[in-house]
Amino acid sequence: MNAVLQPARMVWRRLTSMRTALILLFLLAVAAVPGSLLPQRPLNPDKTNSYIASHGGWGRFLDSIGMFDVFGSVWFAAIYLLLFVSLVGCLVPRIRLHARAMVRKPLPAPRNLDRLPESGSFETADAPSAYATAARRALGRRWRVVQRDEPSGVLTLSAEKGYSRETGNLIFHVALLASLVLIAVGRLYSYQGSRIVVEGAGNGFCNTVSQYDSWRPGRLAAQGKITPAPFCIDALTKFTANYTASGEASKFEADVVYRRTVDSAPEHARITVNHPLRLEGDRVYLISHGFAPRVTVRMPDGSVRHDTVAFVPQDATTLLSEGAFKEQGAPGKKQDVGVSGFFAPTPRDAGGGVITSASPQVSNPVLGIFVYVGDLNYNGLPQSVYSLDTSKMKKIGAANLSIGQTTKLPNGVSVTFDGWVPWASMQVSHDPSQGYLLVAAVAMVVGLLGSLGVRRRRLWLRITPSSDGPDASPTVVAVGGLARSDSGNFTTEFTSLLTRLRDAARPEHELIGAGRE
Amino acid sequence: MTVAGINGSMAHLSDSLFTTAIAIYSVGMVGFVAEYSFGKRGRIAATVPAAEPARELVGAGGPPVDVPAALPPASTSASASSDRGSVADRIGRWSFVLTVLGVLVHTASIAVRALAVDAVPWSNMYEFASVAGLVGVIAFVALLWKAPQIRHLGGFILLPVILIMFLAGTVLYSKAQPLVPALQSYWLAIHVTLVSIAEGALMTSAVLTVLFLLRQRYDRLSGRPGAKLGGLTALGARLPPAATLDKVAYRVVAFSFPLYTVAIICGAIWAEAAWGRYWGWDPKETWAFIVWVVYACYLHARATAGWKGRAAAWVNLLGFGAITFNFLIVNIVVAGLHSYAGLN
Repeated sequence: MNAVLQPARMVWRRLTSMRTALILLFLLAVAAVPGSLLPQRPLNPDKTNSYIASHGGWGRFLDSIGMFDVFGSVWFAAIYLLLFVSLVGCLVPRIRLHARAMVRKPLPAPRNLDRLPESGSFETADAPSAYATAARRALGRRWRVVQRDEPSGVLTLSAEKGYSRETGNLIFHVALLASLVLIAVGRLYSYQGSRIVVEGAGNGFCNTVSQYDSWRPGRLAAQGKITPAPFCIDALTKFTANYTASGEASKFEADVVYRRTVDSAPEHARITVNHPLRLEGDRVYLISHGFAPRVTVRMPDGSVRHDTVAFVPQDATTLLSEGAFKEQGAPGKKQDVGVSGFFAPTPRDAGGGVITSASPQVSNPVLGIFVYVGDLNYNGLPQSVYSLDTSKMKKIGAANLSIGQTTKLPNGVSVTFDGWVPWASMQVSHDPSQGYLLVAAVAMVVGLLGSLGVRRRRLWLRITPSSDGPDASPTVVAVGGLARSDSGNFTTEFTSLLTRLRDAARPEHELIGAGRE
Repeated sequence: MTVAGINGSMAHLSDSLFTTAIAIYSVGMVGFVAEYSFGKRGRIAATVPAAEPARELVGAGGPPVDVPAALPPASTSASASSDRGSVADRIGRWSFVLTVLGVLVHTASIAVRALAVDAVPWSNMYEFASVAGLVGVIAFVALLWKAPQIRHLGGFILLPVILIMFLAGTVLYSKAQPLVPALQSYWLAIHVTLVSIAEGALMTSAVLTVLFLLRQRYDRLSGRPGAKLGGLTALGARLPPAATLDKVAYRVVAFSFPLYTVAIICGAIWAEAAWGRYWGWDPKETWAFIVWVVYACYLHARATAGWKGRAAAWVNLLGFGAITFNFLIVNIVVAGLHSYAGLN
């Protein structure tokens, strides 16, 4: 039995030692470095994949050891879990000790006060008990004072202060542990959904999984352990993007109509970059924006289709965007029309008929299109809404259109660029623990202030009564002090304390001396 | 070229004040170095053995509990009075006056820039570097309030500040511009102000730590018979006792660490409002985390046997290295959501 326990105890002692905690803390910092220098899959999957592709075996090796998802990797988790355990192991006995220290009386005075780091003495005409009372008053509430009697009428005072240093330190560490737990819980139950909403009525969505373009649930949220709040963003009534004269964005605003529940009355709200719409447990953010060109397509059978489709920005600074219109003809006739194209908000001729965009602001925009006829290949499989599957289609023409222009193509097909409306990408976030996390974070700061600001001090007074006879002497007060933390200022502190204690006495005799050892 | 929403002449005035501040600091630095080299203070520090009990110093803005009633009298005042009026002392005092003047001009430069952009002017690297440098100098001036005997070390503080400001004014410079929507939040004022105060103070702590290491090395080597002291180590002769430098460096970290913690928390609150999550391991966030953890290591190392002193000092410098990396490399090389460098 002992053969098992002994090594286990040793491992435990090692793990909970300050030195191990320190090394683990270092490891945590070092382990975080690759997470900032290598592309990370959860943040940027495309960049990660292209990095792996361009680095061959090295990239695959890094991938296999989790370097592209550092903060979700086993070894990162191992470090902080060990740190967590080490911290618990260190805190539990400290909490017990501190609780005991809080109720225990300050220690009795040592025999020789002048052996302490700081000491001094003075005389008074007061009787010992009278001076003890005065000294307690002089020390004030901050000090916890205990009076003890020694033989031959000698009184001692033991004073201690700065308990809140350790209290603060423990609060900080417990709050830190609580934060880690809260972060983990939040991760499990959180979700984020995003959805592009084109300006205008009828393009809204409700907070259900099926209505999102992308949905990133935490592990338990994915298992359906939580039910998303039943609110709906019914419409983006108006999206405003303002720019300065030099082309810098100065304002993005999304005016929306929403309902808190399916049955409640519609309300209006304005969502801006720093001001999400906060609903019960969920937040709705304005994440990005773009353009949805409007076209009229004349089909080969003569029918006319009106369509508005959100295009995806390809360039974040100029908002040159790409997308596709998909118009289905009669089934099986191979008369579908597909239009893939780009939208240049401020077109610039890059030469050779190629149009790019010069600015994200809209000024005489151009819609560049490639038009196809054939089978859109809707075979039941999911298809990107932003690009065409042209494997079963034939290209019948291309054109760069300004607003109002029409291009006439073979098969009786024509495409008119009618205009555009803005769209906004809305992200709905849910994290049930973040409010509690803020409380824990505030507790951490409070604990930290106590832990780093408060100083632990011990002070003893030995009051020897006056004696008559040939070697008559007045009451003598000897004072000794000990700094239990941050001894930096203690000499000055002790000097002023000594002055205060001396002033509390009836000053009928001269000061003998208040020096330091 | 003038930028809409920007008061061009104000922005220009701010730039001139910035350059003036650098010039004033430079003169002040030269003065401090002269005092350090020729003044009695340096010589006194050189003759006082390291074992002498540390003079009392208090970290900038340290918690009120530790305010001493007065500076310890004894040797300091005696030696200072004998030094009073000497050429070096006068140079030192004028350098101090120049430093304070520099702080005023520097502050004016930032204030005028604020008026020019009509917002808090720390939204790009140039502006942030300017503010952090200012905080560094103010931290030193505040330290002098409590510990005038370290005045002759002013050059060591002003040198990195001048370097940073020079870098800011040349490589990192960007024109005054209005704020992009993501920065239009009162959290910009709170979060960035806290970060710059904490990092400016931590820079001061790093400088003191370098001096501590120099002094300690000097003590170690000068004790050996026949030891030859190299150029840098010889500097240690005129520094305050190692224990004093260590304590002040620690007090400054003890003041900055909670501030940095609050700054990160405010950043998280802002990120929650702007980006939809309070923490997302964005490179800047990751490095803030690394900096925080390294300074946490420093605080623990200082209380751990075998790590006290030199090892802990190196951890302090590592922390400042991480701050520098977060400021320069992460802004310029690593792209992220915090891409407000203003460099194109």
